Formats: sequence, structure tokens, C-alpha cells
Amino acid sequence: MKDLEMRQVYTKTILALAEKDQRVVALEADLASSMGTSKLKEQLGKRYINVGIMEAEEMGAAAGLAVTGFIPFIHTFAPFATRRSFDQVFLSLGYAQNHAVIVGTDPGVTAEMNGGTHMPFEDLALMRVIPNNHIYEVSDPYQFKAMLEYAHTAEGLFYIRTIRKQAKPLYNGKEDFSKGYYKLKEGTQGTIFASGIMVEEALQAADDLEKQGISVQVIDLFRIKPMNEDIVIEAAKLGPIVTAENHNVIGGLGSAVAEIVAENHPVKMKRIGIKEQFGQVGKIAFLKEIYRLKAIDISKAMMNLLD
Amino acid sequence: MDTQKFADQIRYYTMRELDNLGFGHFGGSLSIVETLAVLYEKVLNVSPERKDDPDRDYLVLSKGHAGPALYATLFLKGYFDEAFLFSLNQNGTNLPSHPDRIKTPGVDMTTGSLGQGISAATGIAKGNQLLSKENYTFAIVGDGELNEGQCWEAFQFAAHQKLDHLIVLIDDNKKQLDGYTTDICDPFDFVEKMRAFGFSSWRVDGSDVDAIEAAIVQAKQLKGKPTAIVLETVKGQGIPYFETLVDNHHVRPDEAGQKAIKEAIAKLAKKIEVNQG
Repeated sequence: MKDLEMRQVYTKTILALAEKDQRVVALEADLASSMGTSKLKEQLGKRYINVGIMEAEEMGAAAGLAVTGFIPFIHTFAPFATRRSFDQVFLSLGYAQNHAVIVGTDPGVTAEMNGGTHMPFEDLALMRVIPNNHIYEVSDPYQFKAMLEYAHTAEGLFYIRTIRKQAKPLYNGKEDFSKGYYKLKEGTQGTIFASGIMVEEALQAADDLEKQGISVQVIDLFRIKPMNEDIVIEAAKLGPIVTAENHNVIGGLGSAVAEIVAENHPVKMKRIGIKEQFGQVGKIAFLKEIYRLKAIDISKAMMNLLD
Repeated sequence: MDTQKFADQIRYYTMRELDNLGFGHFGGSLSIVETLAVLYEKVLNVSPERKDDPDRDYLVLSKGHAGPALYATLFLKGYFDEAFLFSLNQNGTNLPSHPDRIKTPGVDMTTGSLGQGISAATGIAKGNQLLSKENYTFAIVGDGELNEGQCWEAFQFAAHQKLDHLIVLIDDNKKQLDGYTTDICDPFDFVEKMRAFGFSSWRVDGSDVDAIEAAIVQAKQLKGKPTAIVLETVKGQGIPYFETLVDNHHVRPDEAGQKAIKEAIAKLAKKIEVNQG
């Protein structure tokens, strides 16, 4: 599992779920080849529906399928799953209280060569304002699988943000993800909260800080909503907090942490993420550089806070 | 019951609901009264007892602003009592101006943001097709609503998926909020458009209950593609005051309007032999 690309994890997990549950349907909007879901087409038969390039209909039809008792797993690129079809997601799925799972791929800089039009730094901000939904940004294949399985059994509207390609393995599949976070490194002076591809940078930053005699903990805060308030408050009591996300600093992980901190235990914070910029074409490494999403940006922020 | 008589009852209670409220979507509620009468009296295999039965027919009122007419129909069919009906748009109500599947018994899909109901209807029809069910899904769509691009996404999907148990009822009452559809964004010929989108389609007098019923019976005979019945209606149908009122989409009647409404209600009461007490 740990060697699988995230899209392979998706296909494998949906197949397993669909095999034991006839209610599972998978929807695509002409990105099946990008997602590599052709296997789903073969094995799910009619329960695999490619609607064509129409995300509004993808969300609306999913709502109707949910009304008749199906559990739709809906995939498209993250900007189309959220920004483009927001009213359909908000009303036909959210407000109408339908159980559905939306998987948005290629978040933030991982859109790479598709560039600014396809590079969502705002999907989490949009999705967070839909009442009572569940939002995850997954960092690892095992975690992705676990969240898909949970979303299948639970109720309500889910949004899972993930890269399509290989993720650096962080887990071994035996972890308990039920608390919505996972502590990857212990530390005593402060906390770095990160999600998705930024977890790797956060771990690197913590290692760099350690070499300078600074001890910070690293927490993969993959459940963006409902966020685990206890772990955030606990971290605030420990010391300063740096958040790191492949997303606009407005409305995503950093905002969510800041809201909990401000209301419960104010402490100095710094949000690493996209600041008042649109996307652009480029390789991930280049884009991380441009948007200041590197380990060095995280460690510098933490050092400033500890000063 | 005679279908036209049932339509008169729906019209009476729709008018009373909106009169009680003092304002509302009179025009677009009244134009679908005959259609609702045919659906609930002659077509849909639904009842309050089987409102959650997966084998029932489904109705999605995609033009959600006509909710008051649907509510009058559901009340008359016993889904809720008169006090519930007259709670329309009151604080804390379970009867909001646009239908809500969670709040109101008998409502199959939450609608109101135009274009979304028709998409959901295609999903419901697709779901029932996957389950090899024989039940039908009906969607009532407004002529103005068809401005929305999402409707045309939904139609493409419905035709491609061969949803022959989906019947779309287009309420062609010629007007939208800001005026005549031909002035705002000319729809040209709905029948031609729907046929081009892979539907069986034809035009029917939407004030004639027998013609509407016959069209639905005919649509059910057709296999392999969905049907769109274009209903020739009048915005404000059945109430001369509203039929002739120019701005009749959402109305907050003046004194003369209120008088006309009261008179129309009294006339309808007499027609359906209701004691207004």
C-alpha cells in the first residue's frame, strides 16, 4: 500500500468498498484517465458513472443518487470539486443533507504544469463554511484509505483533498486516525501543525531546528473539520505554533488553528501558506520555493516566534 | 376525484396560503396547479403512508419558488394538516418558501437554487435505473429556469444515460422575474431544443388536465430516452387578476390586489364548495 500512488489507493479502496456494499457508486467528470479509475469502470459496471465535463451535474446527480440510497464517491480536480460547483455542493449535497464523498485532487502547487487555472489555494476555505461537513487533507496512502473507509460508514458530506501521485509514506497502516491528528514527532518548545505535502516539510523543519537545539513537535492535522480542539489547545499551552499548508493562509488549516487558539488560549502563531497570490505553472519544488512553503520557511518562522 | 376539481382545490389553498402570508410567488405557483393535480390525482403512486417507500414515484419541483402550490397539494393529500400549511414562511416553520426534503413530509428533494433540482432528478432516475425499478421520476422545471446552464448539463446526462423513466415537465408560462422570457433571453423553441438534446418532446396545453394526463401516459410508452413535455401555461393561471398583472412573479399586492385576491378566493371557495367559515 505504501508504494501506491494516491490514485491507486483510491481505486483499490473504492473497489473493496463497492464489492461489499452495493450502494457504492463512483462518479467522474472526464478525469478518469488522470485519476486512473479505468479499473473501476471494468469492475463496477453501471455503478461507475462518467458524467462528462459537467461538474455541476456531477454534484447534482450525486445528490439524486444519494436520495435513492446510493453512496456516491465523486472525483474531480479540487478546483472543480469546490470552486466551480460550490452552490451545487453547498445546497444539493450539504443543505439537502445527503451522504456523499467528494475527493478533490491536485491541490495547491501539486497542480504543477496545469498552472494557475487549476491550482486551488482556496478549496478548504470554501468547503469549511458548509455547515456540519467533514474535511480531510490526507498525507499518506494508509491515511487516505482509512479516511475513505470512514467516510463510507459515516453520515454527511465529506471532502477529501489529496494529491494523485506518490505520497511519501509516513504510516504503516496500524495507526489510529480517529482523533483527526497524528503526532509524528515529540517536542517541548512549540508545535508545527501541517497537512498534506507540507507534513514532509514540517518534519524536515523540526529536524533542522533540533540541530540548533530547538525541540518542537510535529502534528499531522489531517482532519481540517471538525478540527480536534483539544490537541490545538494543548499545543497552545506548550508554546508558539506554526502552521504549514499548501493552501491560502486565509480559510484553511492555519485559519482553523488560529480560531481555536484565539478563542481558547492565545499564543503567538505564524501561518505558512499562500499569501495573496494566484497559482502559476511550475514544478512542485520550484513552486514551494516561490510561495515560501519550504522547511526553511517553517523553521525560520518558529525561530522568530521563540525569540 | 375529478382532476379539474382537485386542481381548483389546489388553487384555492395556494391562494389562501399566499394571501395569509401577504406576499409571495403567485404567478409561478398558479401556472403549475393543473400539472400538480394530474400528478397527484392520476399519476404518482405516492401517499403519506409510503412517503419513504423506495418504489414510489419521485417528484422534484426544480422551480422551487412554486413551493406553495406543491404544499397545497400535499396538504390536500394528507401529508400534513391545515395549521402546518398555513405555517408557510413563518418563523421556525417546516414549510419554507422553497421545498426542503428534510423539513417537509412528501418533499423528495430540496430545491430553490434554479437548475439544481433537474440535476438531482437525473440522479434519482439514474439511481432507480441502477436498481432496475419501474418507478418514474418527474421534474417540474421553469421556462426561466432553463436559462441556467446546469439544466442543459442535466439534459445531456439524462439522454446519454437513456433515462426513459425521467419525465421533465417544462412550465412554459412565458415569463420570468424580470419580464417575458423572449425579452430577457429568448428561449426559442423548447421542443426543438429538447429534441436536439436527445429527448422525446412535444407541446401540451398546461391548463387542460386531460391533455396533461394523456401526455404523461404517452411519455410512459416511450422507451430508450427521456421525455420533456412542454406545458403551454399562463403565469398566474386560473386567476384573471394575476394572469393580467404584468409583474406577477413575486407579488406584494396593493389594496386593489388584495381585494381581487379575496374575491378570487371566494369564487374558488364556491366552486369547490368549501365553507370559508
